[in-house]
Amino acid sequence: ASRWQQLASRQLSLSPGLCGSESPLARADAIFKVTMIPGDGVGPELMTAVKDVFKAGDIPVEFEEFHLSEVQHMASEDKLDHVLSSMRNNKVAIKGKIHTPMEYKGELASYEMKLRRKLDLFANVVHVNSLPGYSTRHNNLDLVIIREQTEGEYSSLDESIFSCSDKSRRIAKFAFDYATKKGRSKVTAVHKANIMKLADGLFLQSCAEVAQLYPKIKYENIIIDNCCMQLVQNPYQFDVLVMPNLYGNIIDNLAAGLVGGAGVVPGESYSAEYAVFETGARHPFAQAVGRNIANPTAMLLSAANMLKHLNLEYHSQMISDAVKRVIKQGKVRTGDLGGYAMCDEFTRAVIANLSV
Amino acid sequence: PRSPLSTVILSLGKTLHPPCLQCGSTGVLCVFQPPPAKYGGRHTVTLIPGDGIGPELCGHVQELFRFCCVPVDFEVVNVDSAVMGEDDITNAIMAIRRNGVALKGNMETNHNLPASYKSRNNLLWTTLDLYANVIHCQSLPGVRTRHSNVDIMIIRENTEGEYSSLEHENVPGVVECLKIITRNKSLRIADYAFKTAREKGRSRVTAVHKANIMKLGDGLFLECCKEVASGYPEIPFDSMIVDNTTMQLVSRPQQFDVMVMPNLYGNVVSNVCAGLVGGPGLVPGANYGTDYAVFETGTRNTGKSIAKCNKANPTAMLLASCLLLDHLKLHAYAEVIRRAILSTLSELHTADLGGHSSTSDVVQSIMDAVQREGPQTLNM
Repeated sequence: ASRWQQLASRQLSLSPGLCGSESPLARADAIFKVTMIPGDGVGPELMTAVKDVFKAGDIPVEFEEFHLSEVQHMASEDKLDHVLSSMRNNKVAIKGKIHTPMEYKGELASYEMKLRRKLDLFANVVHVNSLPGYSTRHNNLDLVIIREQTEGEYSSLDESIFSCSDKSRRIAKFAFDYATKKGRSKVTAVHKANIMKLADGLFLQSCAEVAQLYPKIKYENIIIDNCCMQLVQNPYQFDVLVMPNLYGNIIDNLAAGLVGGAGVVPGESYSAEYAVFETGARHPFAQAVGRNIANPTAMLLSAANMLKHLNLEYHSQMISDAVKRVIKQGKVRTGDLGGYAMCDEFTRAVIANLSV
Repeated sequence: PRSPLSTVILSLGKTLHPPCLQCGSTGVLCVFQPPPAKYGGRHTVTLIPGDGIGPELCGHVQELFRFCCVPVDFEVVNVDSAVMGEDDITNAIMAIRRNGVALKGNMETNHNLPASYKSRNNLLWTTLDLYANVIHCQSLPGVRTRHSNVDIMIIRENTEGEYSSLEHENVPGVVECLKIITRNKSLRIADYAFKTAREKGRSRVTAVHKANIMKLGDGLFLECCKEVASGYPEIPFDSMIVDNTTMQLVSRPQQFDVMVMPNLYGNVVSNVCAGLVGGPGLVPGANYGTDYAVFETGTRNTGKSIAKCNKANPTAMLLASCLLLDHLKLHAYAEVIRRAILSTLSELHTADLGGHSSTSDVVQSIMDAVQREGPQTLNM
């Protein structure tokens, strides 16, 4: 009994995969380990913001950092393997964008894509929420965009576009399960089946099949061109959108623009086992490197979502409330939101607003 | 009035299989099985609170899972058993189809409602084809009973037999009730019993029947069991008539190991065995089909008389949730919780075991036990 008493008094960090079969994998008072990949461009600055806020908020999360980057020539198969094994232990990661250099280096898959494929992160979710206090042309938006991200047009094999019915079914089920979990009422599938009759036709069929299991959720579909137009005219008609890979990229960025740009929209990627948290619109924003002007809102909100995934509801709420409060007050805003504050000033304002 | 035979044939067509989503057929081969609801390492499980003590016990399961950081999110689906309409239960069935796994409390069947009102629990088993009801009755440490070293696994056919809901009154005052035994389902449940016995290294399988009276019905069941037994030569198989079985159970229960039987005998025998090891508050039950699994307490009691009194024994429901975790392959969590439950059982007893503790005391003690165990470090 005394041995356990000793253990119970210490705070220990846990990696689920490293524990033996007789131990609990996580507990209400444990410290969680999360893999962190800063990436390129402003990624490292944003990660610093996250780390500072976590430290100030006394959040029981420990980061395991990996600097994987192609443009900075810090990428190799070994490094990727380290990252993957860390992911397998921790199961949760937070990352910036790993930029793919334009020069064709003889390897068709970028590291970002390799990571995604190896971890089978098939679903990308982007939360498009209007920030209270920052008004745009469309206020009070609340959309979720779900995109399949391991197949379709972005497949690095330069062959014809293929769409496997299993994968379509998987992403459709993910979208409906997500909608059910968050209490959403409608799922709209976005496609171009009038032109790509077989590929997108299969996608639509899978969505319709899966929709039958969810009688309480309305299912609709819309063609991509009409969808884009509707998004800029009347985005309130949409609730959850689900789509294959290419359209997802376009719609993500479009929707991010509706609420304030790439600096404010958080996103995450899921596989059956892993969850990776990042910004919604993935841009390395290389022009801003070293100038301290990037907006850490998106990354901070994504970090809050990560805490919610780890079941740390209280801490998650604390961070997202602080960020929203700072934006609502309007005194400290970065350049993309029309203000003059620097990235670290914004971070300090968020820290000051943490109700610890 | 339609003849009983034609009614049977018509209703057999309805109870065979739920219509496939893709082609609408009710055949065996066509089943649209969606991928499992697991994202980011977190599973989604349907939770049906039910009636009586169900809601409070399910609440305790959710509390314990949260405390232990189990990566399971519950989708709560309420089924109101007082209404005649089947919308609620259809909704629940849909939710189980989506998530693949469920934990439920018992839904009360009021026998004052008209005969067309089908038991909600029964609808669940037949529609989702959860053909095997498995109840493992073990003597638990810390609970003193008249018999010790009881370890009986009851495998009960869950979808046909006396529960086919086929009854008619052709002549006033004369009621006919049809018990359906089919070759396919009997073979299936017998095969399940033997496969389980083999996997768990059990020493024998006993079929329980009344084939001396119901020569065709139970005779078919027995024949199917014998056929399947010949395919598992290493496991001894015997059979026993149900009246003798119940007598043997209360005199010398240690002689039984795995028992397989049709629906009604399963109901009776499982309740007897649960009584032998300490009562309805201790025994968890599991219902398995090819695609779905639903977990609940073993003896399926509503516990109306002790509802909301904080007196019910949470052990059965919590052990059922451990079975759920095992099914989801979260064995480490299941082990921790099970150990905590068993250690608490040796210290605190609720009213049904002769003690004075309340449900919340027991759950709090279980959480303390989990806390005491502590996480392991890398250095250990």
